[in-house]
Amino acid sequence: MSQISAEDLHLWRGEVHVLRGLSFSLEAGQCLQVSGANGSGKTTLLRALCGLIPLERGRVYWCGADIASDPSPYHAQLCYLGHENGLKGDLTVSENLHYGTALRRRLRSDELSAALASLELPGYAGMPLRWLSAGQRRRVALARLTLMDAALWILDEPASNLDSAGQQLLHDLLERHLHAGGAAVVATHQELRLEAGRLQRLSLQ
Amino acid sequence: MSESRVGFIAAAASLMGRDLRLALRRAGDSLLPVGFFIVVTTLYPLALDPSLSSLRDIAPAALWVGALLSSLLALDLLFRDDAQDGALEQLALCGQSFAGLLLAKTAVHWLLTGLPLVLVGPLIAITLGAPYAAMAGILAALLLGTVALSLIGAVGAGLTLSLRRNGPLLALLVLPLAIPVLIFGARATALAVQGEAIAAPLYLLAAIAVLFATLSPWALAAAVRIGLE
Amino acid sequence: MAWVWFHRFGSPPHFYRLARRLAPWFGWPAAILCLAGLIGGLGLAPPDYQQGDGFRIIYVHAPSAWLSLMVYVVMATSAAVGLIWRMNVAHAVAASCAPIGASFTALALATGMLYGRPMWGTYWEWDPRLTSELLLLFLYLGYMALRSAIDDVARADRASAVLAIVGVVDVPIIHYSVIWWNSLHQAPTVMKFGRPSMPASMLVPLLLMLAGFTCYFGALLLTRARGEILRRERNAHWISAALEEG
Repeated sequence: MSQISAEDLHLWRGEVHVLRGLSFSLEAGQCLQVSGANGSGKTTLLRALCGLIPLERGRVYWCGADIASDPSPYHAQLCYLGHENGLKGDLTVSENLHYGTALRRRLRSDELSAALASLELPGYAGMPLRWLSAGQRRRVALARLTLMDAALWILDEPASNLDSAGQQLLHDLLERHLHAGGAAVVATHQELRLEAGRLQRLSLQ
Repeated sequence: MSESRVGFIAAAASLMGRDLRLALRRAGDSLLPVGFFIVVTTLYPLALDPSLSSLRDIAPAALWVGALLSSLLALDLLFRDDAQDGALEQLALCGQSFAGLLLAKTAVHWLLTGLPLVLVGPLIAITLGAPYAAMAGILAALLLGTVALSLIGAVGAGLTLSLRRNGPLLALLVLPLAIPVLIFGARATALAVQGEAIAAPLYLLAAIAVLFATLSPWALAAAVRIGLE
Repeated sequence: MAWVWFHRFGSPPHFYRLARRLAPWFGWPAAILCLAGLIGGLGLAPPDYQQGDGFRIIYVHAPSAWLSLMVYVVMATSAAVGLIWRMNVAHAVAASCAPIGASFTALALATGMLYGRPMWGTYWEWDPRLTSELLLLFLYLGYMALRSAIDDVARADRASAVLAIVGVVDVPIIHYSVIWWNSLHQAPTVMKFGRPSMPASMLVPLLLMLAGFTCYFGALLLTRARGEILRRERNAHWISAALEEG
């Protein structure tokens, strides 16, 4: 049974028919790469997959269940990273990670420092987020991603503002996630070099 | 996946803790509404005959119009920041009851911006000629009234979430809906100033607050979800 | 069976054609009823022993006040239907109701003020009816302002539907709190009419006008809603065929 699948998605944004009968099916351990020109509807698709935008027609299924009928269990397994990081500038890095995950699960004390280390941000724990650069903030958002323990990652341009080292870290994170049985839908222009059979591509016009 | 999931109460508690911590880091923001309230109520004696006996007559009006306008002003603090940095959509997607979390945010918002009005209001009433014996009644009325205003104001704030520069629109939406609060609250205050029993309007005010509390979870969640689309 | 009818009604082309056929069935009765009501009210009914001929403005004032409230309920109901069943037609009906309701409210206010001038010497008094109508006007204006402030039509539909539903729950409360407030302060009441003291010769034209206004609202709503649907669905394929039919 596929983890996440979409069936005949149609979506209008104002007058524009953004999604026209889109379908896909993703298994555990696979990643769907969504590409397309600016304005082709990548962000709209990802937000619709999260359930943030209601669909005119079509359904999204998570483990066989329609997400529209009962979104809560789906959301509990989902982690979304959009254009905004969803972090608070006035809180420190560790406070951000703590409050960001506290809505879902209790963190063990070692997990936080391990997450920061995996994104190569050791020693930044006590720093207010406002003082960090855009790329560093993106890394903190990615650290939160690893702490969420979510089965499905929906990432919208995750590599934005990241330098090449950061992009490599992101790539490693993604591979580890897929290897552990998670799934991911990623909107990105970059080349995702993953193991054979793990990558599906979707190109929007 | 893991078994360390948290229930709704723990999640709401952590959200409220986060909001309180953020508010304390920017304490100036939370003090603006009550500052505005004090300034606005000061305008009345300056515009009228400042003898306490004549001010006493307009004290209920001055207090409640000031409270209404301050609540409107304070609504900007409720969702705007979270909407701009993406924290609000994270709340919508965390798997907990969205209506519950939004109510938790509204509760903290009331604590930071409504409760100061409740505490300062009776003192302002004294400066407008109210007798000391009226303070308890005025406090009770403001307590119920600010809670009701927070609830209905939050719905307005949710509806105007995605709009820029929406102060006047928010006022146009919220003020007519809040008229009953004004009527009953001002009446309770007037009775308190005259030294009479205030049970009747207080009960009515409480009923309004309960009605808004019943309606607002659905309306808040619906409005904010639309704003996040 | 009713369900099938409900969903057919919600389809834009079907509603478009149905509205065109139904509108005259509301329009002609409206004209006849209003004419009868006006003849009865302005000509046949005897002058009021207290207020002379000035009370006759009631024949426009009372129906428009009643309609202003009824239109809000219709607006909120169709908005709720649109929200729950995701029906574009219902949202179009709600959008069409708002300017109509606002106009009835403004008419009620204007006729109320015209009534007050010869009777009580001032154009405005804070009596419960006028104050309620004024607040209702603000609610309509707020609804229309919210709609126009949101660019995306579907989001504007949904947001204003939430507002209308909250408003319709609050409207009775606002109304009764205004009456309560007014009773405390013994402010003058501009109109005291209706209830058992009204003789049949005065009451019958009033009811005729009421029925006439309601039919007029029906005709107006159907026509406006057709225009609204035309605007929303202008790129749809069924439009050119429907326009050929006229």
